[in-house]
Amino acid sequence: MLDQLPAIQIVLPLLAAPLCVLLRRRIPLLGFALLVAWTNFGVSVALLRQVLVEGPIRYALGGWAPPWGIEYHVDPLSGFVLMFVSFIGAVTLTYAPRSIAEEIPDDREHLFIAAFLLCLTGLLGIVITGDLFNVFVFLEISALSSYVLIAMGRDRRALNAAFQYLVLGTIGATFILIGIGLLYMMTGTLNMADMAVQLPAVFGTRTVRAALGFLSIGLFIKMALFPLHGWLPNAYSYAPSLVTAFLAATATKVAVYIMLRFAFSVGDVQMEFGASGLGAIMMTLSLIGIVVASTVAIFQSDVKRLLAYSSVAQIGYMVLGISFGSVSGLTATIVHLFNHALTKGGLFLAMGCFAYVAGGVRLKNLEGIGKTMPWTTFAWVLGGLSLVGVPLTAGFVSKVYLIRGALEVGFWPVAALILLSSLLALVYVWRVVEVAYFRAPPDGAQRREAPLSMLLPTWALIGATIVFGIWTGASAGIARRAAEALLKVAP
Amino acid sequence: MNTILGLFNYWIVIILMMTGFYIVMSRRNLIKKVIGLSIFQTSVFLLYITMGKRAGGTAPILDHERFEHYTNPLPSVLILTAIVVGVATTSVALALIVRIHEAYGTVEEDEVRGMDGAE
Repeated sequence: MLDQLPAIQIVLPLLAAPLCVLLRRRIPLLGFALLVAWTNFGVSVALLRQVLVEGPIRYALGGWAPPWGIEYHVDPLSGFVLMFVSFIGAVTLTYAPRSIAEEIPDDREHLFIAAFLLCLTGLLGIVITGDLFNVFVFLEISALSSYVLIAMGRDRRALNAAFQYLVLGTIGATFILIGIGLLYMMTGTLNMADMAVQLPAVFGTRTVRAALGFLSIGLFIKMALFPLHGWLPNAYSYAPSLVTAFLAATATKVAVYIMLRFAFSVGDVQMEFGASGLGAIMMTLSLIGIVVASTVAIFQSDVKRLLAYSSVAQIGYMVLGISFGSVSGLTATIVHLFNHALTKGGLFLAMGCFAYVAGGVRLKNLEGIGKTMPWTTFAWVLGGLSLVGVPLTAGFVSKVYLIRGALEVGFWPVAALILLSSLLALVYVWRVVEVAYFRAPPDGAQRREAPLSMLLPTWALIGATIVFGIWTGASAGIARRAAEALLKVAP
Repeated sequence: MNTILGLFNYWIVIILMMTGFYIVMSRRNLIKKVIGLSIFQTSVFLLYITMGKRAGGTAPILDHERFEHYTNPLPSVLILTAIVVGVATTSVALALIVRIHEAYGTVEEDEVRGMDGAE
């Protein structure tokens, strides 16, 4: 049974999705989905434990030996990402019952849950697989179901946002497909481990260079790196609250994961970053993205949109860490994947609570909300502090590693920019705090909290950002091991 | 001459890809955008099929006496999957357009944006 865990991780949500379509009644449907999501989280924790104790797992799907068959490969990095993606999936599903009763028509709830589980399957599949073409297939499974999920928003603008995302997402995925095809053309293999062996012999060729170009652009679209982030603000603003929280916490992070895999496990980072100038391009784009997106976030009056622009800036931090190509830089990226998933997931869940009670998430809806919804608002403030990177929050840990990475390679202006952008983050977080605590609530507003089934998941994620801000050994320790494994240096 | 005829398929791939890409970027009608997207995806199918083909190659039959060269079947198989993905993408896109038409009464991107801006 334990040997089959990698397959169970994927097959469980994949099979549960069509079963959800058959379950029409609310209580069995939600009970079943919750059972699946939490079991899935248990599986990922067991896998991570196994990897950390016994070393990487290689699982030949259907017994077909790699490099011919599809292989699932769990190492510290993929185990870590699997763990937090399935955790976010389970937490957001726990939040679902009250939230979707409000936002999704009753007769579509089972379809919503099915699409949600498929999206989770796709994201987990991307992370676990060791086969390049399989990455594309899972990428499209998660992308197609996320278009459907976004389109289920109440506002009709959600439809247009989903369509824009579909067009850009498909272009991105097709670019990735072209890149994979060109790599296959030169090496004759699709297995990542096998390709890492074959690739150096043909690395200098124009075909491989073109493949790298296509892969990078495709992934930049998928992870919403500035200036290819056009789809993200609308998609996050108009999707149902639960979907925004789930996608913001997982989808772009998984795209960053693919980038790490392609750059470090498949390719050789010195050749790629040195010869093609990819590292310099990534550093420039991410720095511009951090400053521009943080500045744009300051001027938003819709708080969901403000957080969406903040996400674009945070993706910049992750890509910046990759561009250093050092252990500290990669540790920063990997630990920030995790920390930002918790922070942004928690913040968007809190936004969902605000929307549930106050009926909207524009700044004017939130006037005086610190008095009427103290618990939710306090959670939001803690999450906001983690975005800024205040000590004792998870965001601080990422920033420390990132600045250390920048100083190690001697880029002190970059370190200064990181500090400056934290100030920008402080400004946009403060705007919300000011409206929430220092303006009078509208007349006749009662003290009314969000339901407990929404408040608890929000606090679970926000609480985790504090826990991992204080107890940094766990998350940063695993991230460091993953970074060392990627760079193939001895600990 | 050889670069044109010898790489004929690849030229077609590039022309199709750029045609599709241009349609997606330049047209304002949502249906036309989906058509462009499909052409763009189709060009990649052709790219994969072409790279698997060998001159004079047969179907992959294991009979070393009669057949020496055979065409690599793997890209064709991969493309079967990619075609399914392409069909799914197109159908989701068309379903979204139906919903957009229900909500706005138009499938022109500019008009849809104009209505949202007026709110």
